Amino acid sequence: MTKHILGLATVLAMAAGAVSAQETLTIGAVGPKTGPLAGGAAVTYWPNVQLWAHDINARGGLDVDGTKYMVEIVEYDDQTNPAQTIAAVQRLATQDEADFILPPYSTGLNLAAAPIYDRFGYPQVTSTANTGNVADLSSKFPNLYITLGAADGMVGGLVDVMSAMREAGEIGNTVAMVNVADAFGIELAEAARPAFEEAGFEIVYDTSYPLGTQDISPVVRGAKEAAPDSFVAFSYPPDTFALTEQAIIEDLDVKVFYTAVATAFPAYGGRFGAAADGVMGIGGVNAFDPAFQEYAARHEEVTGAKPDSWASAMVYSTFQIYEQAIEGAGSVDKADVAAFIADNDFETLIGTISWDENNNNAAYWTVGQWQDGVYTGIASTGRDGAVDPILKDGWE
Amino acid sequence: MTRTEIQQVALAAALLAAAACLPFVSDAYLLSIGVTIAMYTVLATSWALFSGPTHYISLATAAFFGIGTYVTGMGIEHLPYWLLLPIAGLIGAVLAALVGIATLRLSGVYFVIFTLGLAELVRQIITWFQNISGQKGLYVLTAITEEHIYWQLVGLAALVFLTGWAIWRSRLGFAVRILGDDEEVARHAGINTARVKVLLFMVPGAVAAITGAILAPRYVYIEPSIAFTPMLSFQVVIMALLGGTGRLWGPIVGVIPFTFLWEAISGTFPNQTTLLLGLSFLVIVYLLPKGFVGLMQSARNRVNRREGFA
Repeated sequence: MTKHILGLATVLAMAAGAVSAQETLTIGAVGPKTGPLAGGAAVTYWPNVQLWAHDINARGGLDVDGTKYMVEIVEYDDQTNPAQTIAAVQRLATQDEADFILPPYSTGLNLAAAPIYDRFGYPQVTSTANTGNVADLSSKFPNLYITLGAADGMVGGLVDVMSAMREAGEIGNTVAMVNVADAFGIELAEAARPAFEEAGFEIVYDTSYPLGTQDISPVVRGAKEAAPDSFVAFSYPPDTFALTEQAIIEDLDVKVFYTAVATAFPAYGGRFGAAADGVMGIGGVNAFDPAFQEYAARHEEVTGAKPDSWASAMVYSTFQIYEQAIEGAGSVDKADVAAFIADNDFETLIGTISWDENNNNAAYWTVGQWQDGVYTGIASTGRDGAVDPILKDGWE
Repeated sequence: MTRTEIQQVALAAALLAAAACLPFVSDAYLLSIGVTIAMYTVLATSWALFSGPTHYISLATAAFFGIGTYVTGMGIEHLPYWLLLPIAGLIGAVLAALVGIATLRLSGVYFVIFTLGLAELVRQIITWFQNISGQKGLYVLTAITEEHIYWQLVGLAALVFLTGWAIWRSRLGFAVRILGDDEEVARHAGINTARVKVLLFMVPGAVAAITGAILAPRYVYIEPSIAFTPMLSFQVVIMALLGGTGRLWGPIVGVIPFTFLWEAISGTFPNQTTLLLGLSFLVIVYLLPKGFVGLMQSARNRVNRREGFA
């Protein structure tokens, strides 16, 4: 009898195995694991690749017209070198025969790979590319999508926030502005100068420092001597931390303190604790949205690290677009999925993503702020859940 | 020309013609490897033209290459593409001459350090210029395809081999050979060694700049951190050393296996790529100090000696 039951069980198990025989989708991912951008990618990009694959496989795979597809990730290190990004995407397309390839990391590496995505017909929904040249790019690469936003939008958000505070009589007219002399820092500063002037702000201190500057104290001291009402720094991760540190040491007394990239990193709040309260930064999320909170918890559980409060959610949202487009098109054919992406809006982690005539997502978070230990969005170009900004009140 | 020379030139021409046929028979993946091989063949061969005989290790390839990409990046909107390549070559050659005049009279160490710093120097100058002018990254949107880039590189390789061969046969080449054996002797024989070295250094400078100009359309977006990767300089050195610098065809014998090794490592070990590449650098330097050319020569010598005893 026992034998029979065992035999029956075996047969049933085999039958079940045959029924749920799963197809597998090969998904490529190319990004920096070494080189200058490896640090940023380790916070924002790679954990999301892992989490996304985990989420899909945990729910039994993608449902493509009744067939279940598990996803298998093939990942390559591009060493932050565009030639390697090109080679890796070529390899994924032709050797690994990847069904889809997730977007690479950063503006330069995405654009270097764009001709290859284009040639093989892979949709390229970027999450970390930031360009002011969308019209030319989208006509050349019709399957290229931009979601993160552009420098003028980011700066516009900040100027609006500060203008409103000034109208309310909370801050004065003077701004100290510094920037890191590198691509994105230059671009933001260039957009900010006319925007501040036009809004009637007076830039009382304006300087830049080279990428990789070790001693940032002259910059902060110079700003302090100008006695501005607001301090705005278009900075990169290392100097975002260094500038804040130095502002605490110098006790820089301003009502608005803004640093750019990395202000939204969990490590920023971890490092400065209560002193971070009131610090504004570039980009944001709706930190009080239950969907984001649930995502953050899952992110930490699966990858062992917290997501940042800006680009992480955007990266995951673009992956969701692939997921929804494959299921929505009911096909694993690249052309079908690309057409579906072009024709539809997507309900993602950060909200609805829709495309303008240049395949650009026009609604994104522009400014966030640390408030009571949480970094959350205070301005956007059309996202819900912005909270009111608070004044920076000392460094205690 | 002697009979063997004619044979050699004919063989080289046939091989280049065969290489030029690659796009007709390969898929996109093989072609992208072909582009890599052609690019490093051009860079390593021109590098060895100077560094082989003079024993000065130049780490300036990335600087010249980056300048070339910027020539295309800035000029593509204003000038016809074909004009940009000679302009890049000219700028590369002039810069190489300036660097050479400043450093080649000094001993080798100063030269190495200076060339290493050169890429960073040029990069910072461009960044500084962007910062004061507010100019952003450059877009190179053209109709140039991977095939076009490959053919241009093969053509440039032919030019480099021809130049190397012509120099070898010229008075300059004769001076270089003496200089390579013993600089003191060369000087006593009335050779203006500084001038010879500067002239010779202009070759890799111009070639690397042209290579950068050819590859810029492949990158689409040019910014300083993309154009000036110091890694490029080291890769060129290691590939040339793996092949051997004693012969004109030496570097290409290093470029081909190294490109496949690189591809195999980055394809198979995405998480340890840099580590394994570093290890292979060490292995090459320790086990093959004279490259494949040296290995072949010592093998031939051994055979000859054995025959002598027999």
